[in-house]
Amino acid sequence: MDSATSDPPATPERAPLARTTDNGLKIVIVGGFGVGKTTMVQSVSDIRPLNTEETMTLAGRGIDDRSAVPGKTATTVAFDFGRISLDERTVLYLFGAPGQERFWFLWDRLFSGSLGAIVLVDHRRLADSWYAIDRLEHHGTPFIVARNDFGGPPYTRAEVRDALDLDPHVPLVDCDARARESSKGVLIALVEHLQRLATGTAATAPTAPETAT
Amino acid sequence: MTRAGRDDDPDRLYTLTGGRSRPASDEFDLVTLVVTECEPTPGMQSEHAAILRICRTPTAVVELSADLGLPVGITKILLSDLLAAGRITARHPRYAPPRTPGGVRFADPETLEKVLVGLRDL
Repeated sequence: MDSATSDPPATPERAPLARTTDNGLKIVIVGGFGVGKTTMVQSVSDIRPLNTEETMTLAGRGIDDRSAVPGKTATTVAFDFGRISLDERTVLYLFGAPGQERFWFLWDRLFSGSLGAIVLVDHRRLADSWYAIDRLEHHGTPFIVARNDFGGPPYTRAEVRDALDLDPHVPLVDCDARARESSKGVLIALVEHLQRLATGTAATAPTAPETAT
Repeated sequence: MTRAGRDDDPDRLYTLTGGRSRPASDEFDLVTLVVTECEPTPGMQSEHAAILRICRTPTAVVELSADLGLPVGITKILLSDLLAAGRITARHPRYAPPRTPGGVRFADPETLEKVLVGLRDL
């Protein structure tokens, strides 16, 4: 990342958070390259999306992790993020996380403590999402799946669910990541899903409205 | 030998942190909000001074990292120094306790309701 060697700026140009802000929350948007993660962050964020990076060492990690990046002891992952001020004390950060297998061990540490995740999928490349969904399930991180509208052959929701092998309680919504209202709808669908999980009524999820437009 | 990562300038990062590559503890989350408690002083390391200027209003660790153009881990090391010196305070994210020991931590219902209300008002 070129900016890693640039001089620190005097002050950032974006709007500051309220002085009373004291609780930061996280939601992660996972997806393959080009699926629209940054577009979704941008459409709802209060600020122009920012980008940074983290370097992770593989020391002490499992054999599986090491095999993902043979010959390396450290790797760097770059990610985009934005934020939404929810009230005078609470700010929600949205992270666009690469969903590819080779990045996943970074994800575990970087985004631990997230409220939940949105798996953004392109129905022309559903297989790109298999690994992300598998890891989220393995870690018990609550998530919903949002199908970004790329046009093309109209698969039914059932076909997409089937292709992703989604559990019946995991909501699947359609969205247009470029549209603010639609992306906002996806976030709301996730939080409603989290509420159902918290109250033990998640089994009702599939009957909820499945579009986020 | 292949070079690890795409570290453009390891020497600079080494100098910034006195050779440390990771924070002493996990005291900072990506979304921990940092607030300046005293103004920069002459002779202070420039990155420390930049942090104190930026954090006059609460600023998350990850935003600082982006502003400074430094990896998150390096930013956390710099913040550890400032916290130890009492020059900043940290507002940590609040989570509900784990459901099961060592299990995933879920946000409490009150927080979720707050998020929902905030999103609907956007």
